[in-house]
Amino acid sequence: MEKICIVCPKGCRLSISQDGDKINVSGNFCPRGVKYAEQEILDPRRVVTAVAPTDSESQPFLAVRTPDMVAKAKIPGILTKIYALRLKAPIPAGTVVLENCDGEGTPVITCMDLD
Amino acid sequence: MKRNEYDVAVIGAGAAGLAAAAVTAKAGASTVVIDRDVRPGGVLNQCIHNGFGLHYFKEELTGPEYAARMIRKATEAGAIFRIGSSVMEISPAQADGRRALTLYSKESGVEIILAKAVILAMGCRERTRGNLATPGSRCAGIYTAGLAQRMLNVEGKLPGTSAVIVGSGDIGLIMARRLTWSGIPVKAAVEIQPKPAGLARNIAQCLEDFGIPLYLSTAVTKISGKDRVESVTIAPLDDPTAERVIECDTILYSVGLIPENELSRKAGVVLDPKTNGPVVEEGVYETTEKGIFACGNVLHVHGLADQASEEAERCAESALRSIGMR
Ligand SMILES: Cc1cc2nc3c(=O)[nH]c(=O)nc-3n(C[C@H](O)[C@H](O)[C@H](O)COP(=O)(O)OP(=O)(O)OC[C@H]3O[C@@H](n4cnc5c(N)ncnc54)[C@H](O)[C@@H]3O)c2cc1C
Ligand code: SF4
Repeated sequence: MEKICIVCPKGCRLSISQDGDKINVSGNFCPRGVKYAEQEILDPRRVVTAVAPTDSESQPFLAVRTPDMVAKAKIPGILTKIYALRLKAPIPAGTVVLENCDGEGTPVITCMDLD
Repeated sequence: MKRNEYDVAVIGAGAAGLAAAAVTAKAGASTVVIDRDVRPGGVLNQCIHNGFGLHYFKEELTGPEYAARMIRKATEAGAIFRIGSSVMEISPAQADGRRALTLYSKESGVEIILAKAVILAMGCRERTRGNLATPGSRCAGIYTAGLAQRMLNVEGKLPGTSAVIVGSGDIGLIMARRLTWSGIPVKAAVEIQPKPAGLARNIAQCLEDFGIPLYLSTAVTKISGKDRVESVTIAPLDDPTAERVIECDTILYSVGLIPENELSRKAGVVLDPKTNGPVVEEGVYETTEKGIFACGNVLHVHGLADQASEEAERCAESALRSIGMR
């Protein structure tokens, strides 16, 4: 299987093959590529970034993210929860606005100040 | 009275301008950073995706988070911010070598700022469909990818209900994921070149993750629709008869960026007809106008904010030398 490593902008083209329990990876420039390939085969994960509605007139939407990657399959549900938020100003950057969005303890946090 | 004389004036508070201002202010040069937008950060504020700062901060940040760090750096170094102010004009060098910048803001009207060195960091703008002349209807629903990004991420407005991306620049790819995650299906990305323009990681995580087809070596031959886009017609370059009609009400153009140099041109700065950025001395970043320097996307388009910031730091060092502060 061919996969592009998304860990850094270099974007190495990984060749991945499975040999029983063992996952063989080639084409990676650095070890992070191997970790990515294994993760991608066993449990693909992504960071979620989106905007959440607020009650502010000057900033009607605010950038939010999951600080860590979440299981890909959970992303649509997480987005629905984010779009249903109504953030009330003021909120500093880095504030948790959704606790445990994925059932595994990952929060959603703000990426900028809501003044 | 407002202080209006500085050692260094930086025009633009994006990744480049902020990095430059942090360096000059830290070196003890009185520094003003001017931006016409409502907040500093430049294009970073609308780039809510992660992928910034891996090199510079050794962390993967979103655009707004990257901006916040750069703003803090410049503020802590002592740079003064003038936000909501446009620079309208840069004067020729006066007898003492300084230049006068004409600023306009809603609050204060027209003001003059004097500076010994000027750093241009005005970023870039997007190429539009007009630059490309696609045949077909001139109906609503056609946007540049960056404009759609701003609508969606800053104003929260959905641009339509189904989309096709024309071009494969990074902004278009990022927007394919953004639209999909906003409930707007993206039917295809169409690129006339044999290779995608954007980063491989963006092809993977913004198209392949969602099964969005990427048609390479393929041209848009027609856009149809009365008031609003109804479909686009595409055809492979090697077989123009194999046309395919894709229904959608929104088209995003992601066909490249051009340095924003109206102001520089008016100031007499000579531009390179190939890059559309100022001609600068290699490694010195000084334009053909003495005391006017340039860095970031206004000089040439950078794929990564880290590169724009690092270039800006070198440019700032050079500006400091020119005024005897290094
Ligand atoms: C949509 C998009 C996605 C990107 N994605 C990534 C990514 O994932 N990772 C990454 O590392 N990089 C990415 N980049 C690249 C990176 O963001 C840019 O290269 C970098 O931020 C550019 O910084 P800048 O300071 O040169 O320009 P800008 O951020 O454009 O700043 C220019 C500023 O100048 C101001 N200005 C212009 N003219 C005037 C005037 N006359 N008076 C006053 N102010 C003025 C503008 O208001 C603006 O704030 C992306 C770029 C874009 C456009
Ligand atoms: S393998 Fe290493 S160098 Fe290559 S894209 Fe992945 S992280 Fe980057």
